[in-house]
Amino acid sequence: MTIEDVRQIILNILADIAPDEDISSIDDNTKLRDQIDLDSMDFLDIVMELRKRFNIEVPEKDYEHLATMAGCVSYLTPLLKDRSMAS
Amino acid sequence: MDKPQKDWLKGVLSAYDTVVIGSGLAGMTSANLLAKMGHKVLLAEHHYNMGGMATWFKRKGGHIMDISLHGFPYGMIKTLRKYWTQDISKRVIQLKNIRFDNPQFSVNTSFDKIDFTHILRERFGILKEVVDEFFVTARGMNFYDDLIMTTRELFEKYFPGRTDVWRFLMEPITYANGSTLDDPALTYGIVFSNFMDKGVFTYQGGTDHLIKEMKQELLRNGVDIRTHCMVEKIYIEDKMVQGVRINGQDILCKSVLSNSNLLTTIEDLAGEEHFNSEFLEEVKKVRLNNSSCQVYMGIKKGETIPHVGDLLFSSVADEYCTEQILNKDVTSRTFSFYYPEIRPGTNRYSIVSSTNARYQDWAKLSESQYKKDKHDLEQSTLDALEKYVPGIRKKVDHIEASTPKTFKRYTLHPSGTSFGTKFEGLKVSRDLPKQINGLFHAGSVGIIMSGWLGAANYGVIVANETDKFLRQLSPGLLVTASV
Ligand SMILES: Cc1cc2nc3c(=O)[nH]c(=O)nc-3n(C[C@H](O)[C@H](O)[C@H](O)COP(=O)(O)OP(=O)(O)OC[C@H]3O[C@@H](n4cnc5c(N)ncnc54)[C@H](O)[C@@H]3O)c2cc1C
Repeated sequence: MTIEDVRQIILNILADIAPDEDISSIDDNTKLRDQIDLDSMDFLDIVMELRKRFNIEVPEKDYEHLATMAGCVSYLTPLLKDRSMAS
Repeated sequence: MDKPQKDWLKGVLSAYDTVVIGSGLAGMTSANLLAKMGHKVLLAEHHYNMGGMATWFKRKGGHIMDISLHGFPYGMIKTLRKYWTQDISKRVIQLKNIRFDNPQFSVNTSFDKIDFTHILRERFGILKEVVDEFFVTARGMNFYDDLIMTTRELFEKYFPGRTDVWRFLMEPITYANGSTLDDPALTYGIVFSNFMDKGVFTYQGGTDHLIKEMKQELLRNGVDIRTHCMVEKIYIEDKMVQGVRINGQDILCKSVLSNSNLLTTIEDLAGEEHFNSEFLEEVKKVRLNNSSCQVYMGIKKGETIPHVGDLLFSSVADEYCTEQILNKDVTSRTFSFYYPEIRPGTNRYSIVSSTNARYQDWAKLSESQYKKDKHDLEQSTLDALEKYVPGIRKKVDHIEASTPKTFKRYTLHPSGTSFGTKFEGLKVSRDLPKQINGLFHAGSVGIIMSGWLGAANYGVIVANETDKFLRQLSPGLLVTASV
């Protein structure tokens, strides 16, 4: 998977969690929380989705890496690089 | 002739990934999520209905009474949409007319931040800066805050000596979760802010509709639902969950998620011998929350009642006082008025009066005294209601009361606790899986995890832990991220 694929995956997950938000204009370096209405339950959903879709476990201490899109991508890309988009 | 006893476990599997004990909102929500994640889930409920305290009952004359549908925060819409279905979430509607009536003030409000700010300034004469700062402080409170500050100290800081303001801010929360001025300010801040977000909401269709929809969704996702099924024991060996005994029958499982009361789960279902002494010390310190009394009044078919408000916090006590609110000699009541909009098409009305109550006050009575006191409670409630709905006695054709004993009988919760435990229960609940592999608890605890929203969200949080646990049991399946 490429960096772009990983970014798209995060966008897909966010679209499910926050269907009323405009996620197309997300800025990668600004906190997701400051751009769309996300609470701590929503972040938990991201963690659950990553586990469900890719069997990836994000330990609680690493949640901070998920705060921005850029953070998500750099954290997840090494874990997903050998996977195909279909998984 | 004796009917042959029905086997409520007929066709049950010999093993499950998770057995969920109890079908309260936390139990059902976690069962639903775990099934969606692909696990084999058995949901066992001792009662014939699902829902736990999110329940209702029907009476002759076409009456339907809701127990805990007085209102919940806006956040419930999101929770219902994400963890249940879009259709369910779309039925949530706002209750716009919340009333207070007591010797200190009479106020109508939409119960949100904008209206509360207005009332605090105009009616109570509080400076805008103070009100704004109070809201920011309440909103900013979270789990990690130090627990030294009590709600009393929070109020003392912003509204010194203003017992009228304290009452305005506190009374509804006391009814919502049994908390008092002496509980940690953060529990107040979190729950109060949840309500202030947008106001108070309810479910159109009534509790029966909601639970029916949830049941359908559970079945669609493959949850094996069993009512009339009492979980009697959780089997544990070498600090690992092995299975459960239900109605005398052993069933294997890799994990148990208990929606039964926290203390019952530890002391009765699991057994103290499985926990270390330090943990048990913490368990001993856990205080149960209070229970409730309710009076249910069904309005005759064809009768109407004027729109006197959706929720009415009424009191004849001079000031807000927790002891007095819990007193069997009732001075404060919350009336919930259910108009036909709640169940469109039925054109029926009902009124439910709720008071907080202590189990002991009712449990110690003789059978005849208990009956008499229940009757007196019904009558004094009608008297109190006369002020708001003149001629109420002529409109009501069904009345009955429930007490802490009733709540205990139906939910099995010790002392019939309505809102789980005080704050310290949350840590014990969270730490349970560290004591026994595969044992989880989700349900009203810690004040903030109670109420419909708190219980449902806690179900999600614990389902996440359970899912993680189950996947770790299958080596190679899970990639733990580390950077
Ligand atoms: C009078 C009253 C009014 C309320 N009003 C509101 C309100 O307006 N808004 C709001 O948000 N909240 C309200 N609440 C609180 C809210 O109803 C509860 O916090 C919430 O429903 C609790 O959900 P729970 O998941 O903790 O489980 P519970 O509802 O407590 O359910 C636990 C379930 O487990 C079952 N069980 C227990 N032990 C066993 C066993 N061994 N085997 C099998 N089954 C077992 C019980 O039968 C029960 O079904 C009210 C509560 C009361 C009592």
